[in-house]
Order: sequence, then structure tokens, then C-alpha cells
Amino acid sequence: MKVRAQIPNYATINKRTLASRWRSLVKSPLSLILFCLVVLSAVIAAGMILFIIAYILVMGLPSLSLEMFSWKFTTENCSMLPALINTLIMIAATLIIAVPIGIFSAIYLVEYAKKGNRLVSLIRLTTETLSGIPSIIFGLFGNILFVEAFGWRYSLLAGILTLAIMVLPLIIRTTEEALLSVPDLYREGSFGLGAGKLRTVFRIVLPSAAPGILAGIVLAIGRIVGESAALVFTSGSGTRIATSPMDSAGTLSVFMYMLMDEGLSMDAAYAVAAVLLVFVFVINIISGLLTRRMEKKTR
Amino acid sequence: MKVLFLLCACISILSVVVICIFLFAGGFPAITEIGFFEFLFGTTWRPTAGQYGILTMIVGSIYVTAGAIIVGVPLGILAAVFLAYYCPPALYRILKPAVELLAGIPSIVYGFFALVVIVPAVRGLFGGSGMGILTASLLLGLMILPTIVGVSESALRALPKSYYEGALALGATHEKSIFFTCIPAAKSGIFAGVILGVGRAIGETMAVVMIAGNSPIFPSSVISQVRTLTANVIMEMGYATGLHKEALIATGTVLFVFIMIINISFSLLKNSADRKERRKKKKERKQMKVHAVKKGGDAA
Repeated sequence: MKVRAQIPNYATINKRTLASRWRSLVKSPLSLILFCLVVLSAVIAAGMILFIIAYILVMGLPSLSLEMFSWKFTTENCSMLPALINTLIMIAATLIIAVPIGIFSAIYLVEYAKKGNRLVSLIRLTTETLSGIPSIIFGLFGNILFVEAFGWRYSLLAGILTLAIMVLPLIIRTTEEALLSVPDLYREGSFGLGAGKLRTVFRIVLPSAAPGILAGIVLAIGRIVGESAALVFTSGSGTRIATSPMDSAGTLSVFMYMLMDEGLSMDAAYAVAAVLLVFVFVINIISGLLTRRMEKKTR
Repeated sequence: MKVLFLLCACISILSVVVICIFLFAGGFPAITEIGFFEFLFGTTWRPTAGQYGILTMIVGSIYVTAGAIIVGVPLGILAAVFLAYYCPPALYRILKPAVELLAGIPSIVYGFFALVVIVPAVRGLFGGSGMGILTASLLLGLMILPTIVGVSESALRALPKSYYEGALALGATHEKSIFFTCIPAAKSGIFAGVILGVGRAIGETMAVVMIAGNSPIFPSSVISQVRTLTANVIMEMGYATGLHKEALIATGTVLFVFIMIINISFSLLKNSADRKERRKKKKERKQMKVHAVKKGGDAA
């Protein structure tokens, strides 16, 4: 209390008023120019983001109609429901394959591998490489291996396996970060109480890291929903709801590509774009919330 | 269980190896049959006449990527500076998620947006079809923005505060401290972000194929049409057979080699940046120890 009384503007130390900032800017023209550039580019960037979102939502949401959610796709109604259901199937199946592999890999990297292990650096390197490969290359690879060499034709299964490889690095990396952020105290406490390594990992470490891992999975869902280049030549653009893994099944993004490529309906393309955008929006919000919860938990 | 974890971890190694093998094995026959130089440096792509030269597409990819750098890098770095040094916290809570959202928008949606907004705008301003290098550069610049902003911002935030404060104490303004002290100090991190952005731009497919025009010709101006390597694959893969299909796979192989070069330079840069940071931290710790010893001595 006393200290505060002695220094009158305690709260404003190290803070500058707008007027003093302005004076220093006017004195140095270079600073003024730089300041303007920074603000200008921030305004441009923010403006573009806002414009894209607003444009697609404003143009797309009104073009949504009940017809677009009928059970069967025809060139008249351009129904997106089959594509939507195919997308959900694709998400579920891809995650079933990629999530356990990704989480187990991360567990090995964080909990079991010794420091300076050659294999670990190799795994890190390949994971990084994998996450840098563009989706068209995955699509080509999936086409060569699954569609041609295995003779599966354009099928749901080919798409699922391609996507599983594609989202694997994302899941490994986010899980790794989540596991690393669990304090060692937790592990030591668990060991101290007599738990073994495996029990510690599954009962103590994984639950504490759960929000972080979930955030990674949600991001992976986002990538699957948005993916089109890797799927056009693996799962194809079938417009019916897939009933077996060997059916060709177009996801929402591929469906949108098809709408534009064949010029079927611009209104429908707007509508699908809006639906995709809303999807991404929701996914970002959920993963943001989960990340924040993870940060709060491990602080 | 440990073995199971290890096996899972090896799957990513296996994937990379298998992808490499299949891409190179798939592309190799076409390259030998067409001829290495005819394929890479041939200027006509006419599958019906048996001419498979992809030089125009290599050039197209490079032009479009360069354009994306010109558009996206300055904007991205300045926007990162804004986020790191200017943004009031209330605004940051909105802007940061917005930038992240930009990263999550599917490329097909970007392509659609460019097709209905940027293409007509370019057509109105510069004439022509509106599809071409300029349109593709603008869109790709926008698409790599979140990558560059994200990496640059974290590079700037990782700097010790003393750099900025030191410059300020020597009489530099806020701007001068940032642009002449902080940005040079964070340059390897920022550069890594730029390379990552380049990798994304060169590999981008769906958005580019809709707005680049896709004629396999040497572009004569910024509004003339180009075809990129990625566009070549996605456009013709659906109906190609025989040598044509192999040539498309070989196109993918060339793209893959490009991406590998970019990836390797990225990880080299990142490693050197990490090492620098580690050295710095070590030094700081040592200095702190010296301080502590001195203080202890004084007290005694």
C-alpha cells in the first residue's frame, strides 16, 4: 500500500500514452512509415479473412434448400446428403485406423524411447517429411498402390487408407506435444505408488493429456473434411451412399469439386462451400477450447 | 506392449519409404521411355501426339510460387509483427483464431472463392480471361498467409525480451527496435516459415487448377495462363492410360523431388535455429550462475 502511495502512476509505468507515441512517430519518419505498413497489412489480412467468410456465408446459406438434403442424388436436386454421409463414414474409418497408430507412436517417442536414440530421430524426420508432402502426392500414391496395384478400383477403402497415412503425422505430433506437457511429477507419483510403466501411461499420463490429444484428433477431422486432391483418384466421386468399403464414395469436398468441374450447379457449389466453412468453423472452435483446457490442466 | 508401440512408430517410416518407392518406380519407366531431357526440358505437352515435355509446367509452378511469395511474405511478416508487438489483447483474441481459421479452410473453397471473386476482378482490371499467374499468385499468397504469420509470430515471441528493451534503451523507437533488432534476430525462424509456405504453395492443387487457366504454354505476361505440375496431374489423371498415365506419375515424381528439397532445407534451417536458441539459453544460464556466485561472494 505504502509503495503505491509513493509512486503516483504505479499502473502506468512502462506504458505510454497515445500522444507520446504519436510524438515519437512524427519525429521519425521511418518509424511512421513502418508503423503504417504494419497496421495496413494487418488491416488487409484481417479484411481478407472477414471478406472470405462473409462472402461465402452470405452467398451460400440462402442457396441451401431442403431439396439439397434428399436421400438420392440427381442432377436436378444436387443433393449433398449422400456426400455428407460418405464424409462421416470416411472420418470415422480413417480415425479408427490413424488414431491408435498415432497415439501409440507418440507414446513410444515420449515415454519409452531413450534420449539420443537413432531410431527416434529417424521417426521424427519421417513424420516431418510426411506432413510436408502435398495431398496430390498422397492421391497419386494411393492411386498407384491401392487403386491400381491392389486392384481395388475407386473405393472407399483406398480413400480411407490414403487419408490415414496423411493425417498420421498430425496426430503423432499433437499427441507428442500433449504427452510432453504432462509434468514428470505425475509419472513419478504413479511410480512411487507402485504402478508399472504401462499402468502409469494408460491410467495417469493419457487421461491428463486427453484434451490435447482430442484437439489433435479434431484437427485431423478438419483435414479429412477439407481434403479433395488426395481423394479424387482414390475414393472417386461416387454420388451414392457407400454400402461397402469397395464402393466409390465422394466426400463433400470432392462433391464440390465435381459440381464445379462439371458445371452442374453454381448455387449448389455455393451451398456446399458454406456448409464446409461452417464445419471448419465448428472444428476450430472445438479444438481451440480443448487446447485451452489442456493448458489449464497442466499449468 | 513396448514392441507394439515401437511397431506403430515405425509405420511412419514405412509410409515414407513406400511412398518414395512407388512414386519413383511409377515415374521411372516414363522418364526412361520419353528420355530424361526430353521430359524435363521439353516444351510441348501433347499426349495425343506422344509429346511429353513438362518444362512449361515447371516454369508455371515456379512463377506461381514466386508470385505467392511476393504477395504473401511481406503481408505475412508484417501481420506477424502486428500480432506480436502491436495487437491489443482484446483484438488478439479475435485475430489469432481468425488466422487459424484461414489455415483450416479447405483448398476447394479457396478455389471457389477465387473463381467467383478474384477472377472477375482481374478480368475487369486487366482484361483477358482473368485466369492466370496474377490470380493464382494472389490466391496462393492468401493461402500461405496463416503459415507465415504463425511461424513468424512464434519466432518473434521466442526472442528474449532484452533484445527489444536494449534497442529501446539505446534510443530507438518502437518500430526501429522491432525492424532492426528483433526481425534480424528472428530471421532464421521467419525464413523457415517462408520455406514452409513455399512448400504449401508449390503443392497446392485444387485451388490452382480452377483459376490458373491451365494452358501448357510459356507465360508471356502476368495475366497469361499457366499450368502447374499439380494441375497437370489432377486434370488428366482421370482418363489417362498407358504412357500418358506414366508421364503424369513422373510429373508427380518431379513435384515430389521439389518438395523433398524444400522439406530438407526447412528442417536444416529449423535445426540451426533450434541449435542457436539452445546455445543462447546455455550462455544465459552460465551468466546467471556467474551472477549468483558474485552475489554470494559479496554477501560473504
